[in-house]
Amino acid sequence: MFELLTEKFSNVVEKLKRVKKLDEKTIDEALKDIRRALLEADVNVEVVKQFLDDVKQKLVGQEVIKGLNAGETVIKLIYDELLNILGEEAPLEKAEKPPTIIMLVGLQGTGKTTTAGKLAKLLKSKGYAVGVASTDVRRPAAGRQLCTLAESIGVPCFIDESEKDAVKLTEKVIEEAKKSGLSHIILDTAGRLHIDEELMDELAKIKEKVHPTEILYVADAMQGQDAINTAEEFHNRLGLTGVILTKLDGDAKGGIALSVRKVLGVPIKFIGTGEKIEDFEQFHPDRIAQRILGLGDIQTLMEKMQAAIDEDKAQEMAKKVMSAEFTLDDLKEQLQMIRSLGPIENLLKMIPGVGAKIKDLKVDEKQFIKIEAIINSMTPEERANPHIINGSRKRRIARGSGTTIMDVNKLLKQYKEMKKMMKKIKKSGKMKLPFNMPKLPF
Amino acid sequence: MFKSMFDKLKKGLQKTKKNLIPFRGKIDESLFEDIEIALLKADVGVKATEEILDFLRKESKKRKIKEGEELKELLKEKLIEILKKCEGKLELGEEKPAVILFLGVNGSGKTTTIGKLAAQFTKEGKSVVLAAADTFRAAAIDQLEVWAERSGARIVKHSQGADPAAVVYDAVNSAKSRGDDIVLVDTAGRLHTKEHLMKELQKIKRTIQKLMPNQPVETILVLDGTIGQNSINQAKTFKEATDVTGIVITKLDGSAKGGALIPICQELCIPIKFIGVGEDIEDLQPFEAKAFVEALLE
Repeated sequence: MFELLTEKFSNVVEKLKRVKKLDEKTIDEALKDIRRALLEADVNVEVVKQFLDDVKQKLVGQEVIKGLNAGETVIKLIYDELLNILGEEAPLEKAEKPPTIIMLVGLQGTGKTTTAGKLAKLLKSKGYAVGVASTDVRRPAAGRQLCTLAESIGVPCFIDESEKDAVKLTEKVIEEAKKSGLSHIILDTAGRLHIDEELMDELAKIKEKVHPTEILYVADAMQGQDAINTAEEFHNRLGLTGVILTKLDGDAKGGIALSVRKVLGVPIKFIGTGEKIEDFEQFHPDRIAQRILGLGDIQTLMEKMQAAIDEDKAQEMAKKVMSAEFTLDDLKEQLQMIRSLGPIENLLKMIPGVGAKIKDLKVDEKQFIKIEAIINSMTPEERANPHIINGSRKRRIARGSGTTIMDVNKLLKQYKEMKKMMKKIKKSGKMKLPFNMPKLPF
Repeated sequence: MFKSMFDKLKKGLQKTKKNLIPFRGKIDESLFEDIEIALLKADVGVKATEEILDFLRKESKKRKIKEGEELKELLKEKLIEILKKCEGKLELGEEKPAVILFLGVNGSGKTTTIGKLAAQFTKEGKSVVLAAADTFRAAAIDQLEVWAERSGARIVKHSQGADPAAVVYDAVNSAKSRGDDIVLVDTAGRLHTKEHLMKELQKIKRTIQKLMPNQPVETILVLDGTIGQNSINQAKTFKEATDVTGIVITKLDGSAKGGALIPICQELCIPIKFIGVGEDIEDLQPFEAKAFVEALLE
C-alpha cells in the first residue's frame, strides 16, 4: 500500500506504520513532512508554524484511525483541520436596497478586471441585472479592457476616460449605473505593483463614497510568502469581506488561502479556474485543502479508508470485475466515480504500478465525457450485451451521442480489451480495490 | 546603476524590517533557525533553504566560525556564488532586426517590461518595432499602443482574436524590409500548464524562423518576483517548451524578495537579464548577484 503515497509523505508512512496511538514523537516525525508540503504550497512560514503548533496539541493521544497507520492518521487529521480553517462556503451578501455594490481590490496583475467580468457573468446567469464600472484612472486602457469584456458578456459598462480623479470618477459611474436600475454593480478598482499610500487612500475614499456591500480582495494563487502581508494591509485599511483566488488553473497550490483564512479570518468566496469567462466558481474548501497538501495523497487515504469501512461494496465490485461480468454500465459507473474524485491525471498517478509510468501523460478529460455520452446513448440491453451492437445500432448510438461511428467502435474495442485484461488479472488474483483498473479506455 | 538597484531593493525590504536576521553576537542554534525562516520568507523554497543551511552548518564548523557577523559573510558568499552563474546581459547579435520574444504567465509584467525596454532602446537611438501578438487579453493591444506612443516605437498589430503568429510574421517582415534594429514580441500571458498555449508559442517561434532562421536572438521569460514556489515550475516548463534564453524578474521594489531566483538559478541555470525595481522606465535594470544578495540580507 505504501507505494500509493507520493514521495512527499512516504517517509512518515514508512517510519510510522507500527505505532498504535499517537504520541509526541510520532506526531513530530509526521509534522516534518507536512511542514514541507505546506511551505512548498507557499503557505506563510509563520502561519505554518502556528498551524502546526495548534494541531499538535489536538493530535496527542489520538487513536490511530482504522484502516490507516499512524503517519497516515496524522495526515488525515491535518487535512480535517485544514478543512476546518478554510471554512464554509460563503455566499455573496446582498444590499438591503439595491444596487449591491461589489468592490474588487488587489494588486496589479492578479486578475481583477478579468474577475470583474467573470463575476458579472456568474451573477447575470443567475438572473441579476449586473453592471460593471471601472475606477482605474492609472493603467493605460484599463477601462477599455473592462468594457470589452462587459460587451462580450452582454452587461452594461460604465467608464469615463476624461475623468482623471478616481473618487470623482467613482461617484460619476455609480450614479450613472444607479440610474439604469441595476441589482448589482461590480466596481473594478486600480491596482498597483505594490501597496502604496496613494492607492490605499484612494480606495478608502471610494469605499467611503459608495458604501460597498462586499469588498473582495483578488489574490493570485501563485503568490509567495509576501502575499499575506499585502492582504493584511488591504484588510487593515478597507475591511475586506471576502477573497477571490485567481489562477488556480495552473499548478500553483494556493497556500495563500490558508494564510489568509488563518491571519485575516476572511472567507474565500470564489476561485478563478481558467482563462474563459465562465471559468469561475464558488470556493470549495476541500479542493484547496487537498491541493495544499498534495491531492493524490489525500485521495489515496480516502480510498483506503473507504476500502476499510465499506469493504462490502468494494468486494462486490471486485467480484464483478473478477468474474468478468463487467458491463458497460459498470464502466460508466467507474468513470463517474473517478471523475467525481478530481483531475484524472492526479488520480491516475496513484493507480498502483501505473503512477510512475504515466508521469508525463496528459489526459483529455473530454474523452471521458465522450465515453459517457456514448454509453448513455445505448439501450440497457446493449449495455449489458455489447456484442449485439451492429452497424445500424452503432449509427444510432453515434448520432445520439454526437460522436462518430469510429468513436463507438473505439470504445467497444477498448472495452473488449479491458475485459480480456481482467480475465488475466483474475487468474493472477491481484485485483482488490474497485479503482485498480488495469487499463483505462483511452 | 548598481547603487540605484540596490537602493530600490533595499527600500522595498525596509518595509519588512522586523524580519531581519539578528546576526550580532555568537552563533547558536537559534541563529540558524532565524536564517532558515528568513530564507523561507524570501521564497527561497524548502529544498534550497535546507541545502544552504546544511552548507552553513558544515562550513562554519570547518572554518571554526564563532561570530554571527562572520556567518553572515559566509551566507552572502554562498548566495552570491549561486547567483553569480546566472548574471547575464541581453545579447542582440549582429543580425538586424534582432527579434526578442517575451513569454510569461498572466500578469507577470510582460507588456510593461517590453514598454520599458523599448523606451531604453529608442533612447539609445535604435529603431524599435513592437509586435502586438497578445491578441487574447482584452485591450492588451491598446496597452502596448500606449507604450509605443510613449517610447516612440512603431507598433504592428492586428485586431483582438487574430492569429498571433500572423502578427509576428507581419512585424518581423516589415522590420526586415524597413531595416529596423529590434523587434520586441509581446505574447499573451499563459499558464505554463496549458499545453495548447505552449504549442502556440512554438508556432510563433517557427514563424519567426521562417523569415529569419537565426532569430529570435533572445527568448525572455518574464517572472513576477512576488510569486512563490510556482515560479520554479514556470521556469522549467517554459524552458522545456521554448528554450528560454533569459529571465526578467519584475516587481522587486515591494516587500517580496524574489528568493525563488535561487532555486531557479541552481536548477536551471538560465541567465537573468534584468530585474524590475519600479514603475519608471529606468527601473528595469541589469541583474547583479551581489546587489541582489545584499538587498536580500541587509
